[in-house]
Amino acid sequence: MNKTVNQKAWFLILPVLLLVAFSAVIPLMTVVNYSVQDTFGRNEFFWAGLEWFEQMLASERMWNALGRQIAFTAIILAIQIPLGVFVALNMPKKGFWASFCLVLMSLPLLIPWNVVGTIWQIFGRVDIGLLGYTLNAMGIDYNYTQDFYAAWITVVMMDVWHWTSLVALLAYAGLQSIPDAYYQAAKIDQAGRWKVFRFIELPKIMGVLMIAILLRFMDSFMIYTEPFVVTGGGPGNSTTFLSIDLVKMALGQFDLGPAAAFSIMYYLVILLVSYVFYTVMTNLDKRDGH
Amino acid sequence: MSDLTHTSAKRGLRLPKINGSAVVMGLYLLFLLLPIYWLLIMSLKTNSEILNTFTLWPEDLTFDNYLTILTDSSWYMGYVNSMIYVVMNMVISLAVALPAAYAFSRYSFLGDKHLFFWLLTNRMAPPAVFALPFFQLYSSIGLFDTHIAVALAHALFNVPLAVWILEGFMRGVPKEIDETAYIDGYSFPRFFVQIFTPLVASGIGVTAFFLFMFSWVELLLSRTLTSVDAKPIAATMTRTVGADGIDWGVLAAAGVLTILPGALVIYFVRNYIAKGFALGRV
Repeated sequence: MNKTVNQKAWFLILPVLLLVAFSAVIPLMTVVNYSVQDTFGRNEFFWAGLEWFEQMLASERMWNALGRQIAFTAIILAIQIPLGVFVALNMPKKGFWASFCLVLMSLPLLIPWNVVGTIWQIFGRVDIGLLGYTLNAMGIDYNYTQDFYAAWITVVMMDVWHWTSLVALLAYAGLQSIPDAYYQAAKIDQAGRWKVFRFIELPKIMGVLMIAILLRFMDSFMIYTEPFVVTGGGPGNSTTFLSIDLVKMALGQFDLGPAAAFSIMYYLVILLVSYVFYTVMTNLDKRDGH
Repeated sequence: MSDLTHTSAKRGLRLPKINGSAVVMGLYLLFLLLPIYWLLIMSLKTNSEILNTFTLWPEDLTFDNYLTILTDSSWYMGYVNSMIYVVMNMVISLAVALPAAYAFSRYSFLGDKHLFFWLLTNRMAPPAVFALPFFQLYSSIGLFDTHIAVALAHALFNVPLAVWILEGFMRGVPKEIDETAYIDGYSFPRFFVQIFTPLVASGIGVTAFFLFMFSWVELLLSRTLTSVDAKPIAATMTRTVGADGIDWGVLAAAGVLTILPGALVIYFVRNYIAKGFALGRV
C-alpha cells in the first residue's frame, strides 16, 4: 500500500514515545551509568571507564553462560520450528476438532512461567513425578537435580512443551490463508505431498514462520523463570543461562558495575541477531507485495 | 487434507478420522496434557499420599488444598492483584498503541522505519536487564509495590507487541475507507472511534489476548516490583516452601488455579486465534 507522507502522524506516535521513553530509556540509561562507574557504597560513584567491560570480556563465567545460552537456543529452535510446522500440517482444517485442538494447544502458552517450571518439577521428580518415577522404574537412570544430561533434557523438553504450540499456531494461520486453487493446481500437476509442501505451503508460510523464529529466538534467549524454578541453574552451573547468571550477579551479589556491563553486551547480542531477522522479514514482506 | 470425508464413525471409534494426522495430533496433545494432568491430580491428593505412595489417580480424594487457598486472603489476593495489573496493562497498552499503529500503517513520516524497529527492540529487552533499574526507578517515584508500577513495567514489552500486531491488522483495511469518511465530513477522532475501530475489532481482540498472555505469565518483573500490597499469585506460590519441606498439594492447587483464567480467555477467543493470525500478517 502506498503511504501518504504526513509529518503530523508524529502526534499519533507521541503517547507511545512518552510511555516507552519512561519505561525503557530511563532504566537503560541507569544501566549505562552503572556500567562505566564504580562505587564504594553510600551513593558515591566515580568514573571507571571501560574497566567493567574489559573485566566481563575476560571473564570465563560470562563466556560459559553465553555458550550454554547459544546451545540451548539452537537446540530448541531446531526442535520447535520443524515440529511446530509438522503439527500445523496435521491439524484439522475446520469444525469442532479444529477448535478443540486450538484450545488445548494454546493452554501451555497461558500458564505463568513459574507454574510451567512447577509443573515440570512435579512431573520430573524421581520420588513423586510421573516422568521421573516411570523412567527410573524402567531402569533408566534419570535424575535432573544431579545429572547434567537429565537436567538439559528436562529443560529442553519443558521448553518444547511450552512453546511448540506458538510455532504451530502461527504456521497453521499461514496454511489457512492458502487458497484452494493452489492445491487444485498441484493436483492437476500431480505433485506429490512433499512437492506440495516444498513449493506451495512452505513459501506461503515463510512470512509467519519468520515471526515465529524471531519470537522464539528472543524469548528463549531471555529465558529465566522456567529453568530457575526447575533446576535453579544446576546441577553445578550446567543450566545457568544468561538471564539466570545476570540476576544472580545484579540482585543477588549487587555487583552493579559488572552486571551492568554484562547487561549491555547481552542486550546488544539480542539486538544484532534480531535486526538480521527483522531485515529478512521486511524484505520477505516487500517481495510478497504487501 | 482431502480425507476430511473419511469419518470413521462407522467403525465405532470416536476419533475424527483414522489416519496419520489424527495419530500425530493425538500424540502431540497427549504430550501437552500429561504434565497438566499430573498437576491436576496432585492438587487433589493429600500430602501423605503424594509423598508415600505412587498413584495414578487420587485414592483419597480431597479438596482441602483448594480450600486452603480460597479461604486465606493472602492467597487469593494474589489472584486479584495479578488480575488488576493485567487489566491495567491491557488498557494502557491498547490506548497508546491504537493511534500509533494507525499512524504506522497509513502514513510515512520522518524516521518512521527506525522508530518502528526501536519500538520492537523493547520487546527484545531481557527483563533481567531491566529488573534492577526498574526497582530503583519505581522506588524513587514512590510507586514501588503498586499495581500501576507492574502495569507500566509490562508495557515495556507489551506496547511494542500491540503496535506490531495492530499495524498488521490495520494494513489490511483499505485506505479508501478513510478517504471516504473524510469526504463525508468525519473528523479524525470521530472516524477513528466510530468507523475504524469496529473494522479492526478482531485485531483488537487478538492483541488483547496477547497482552493478557504476556502480562499474566511474567514473573521476574512483577516479583521484583512488589512486596505485599500488589504481590502477584506467581510470587505468592513460593510461600509453599515451609519449614517441613514443600507443601506439594497446595502448590499444585495454586498452579491449577493459575491455569483457569488463561483457559477461560482461550475459550472465548478460540475462533479468533487462527482467524486473527491469518487476518493479521499472513
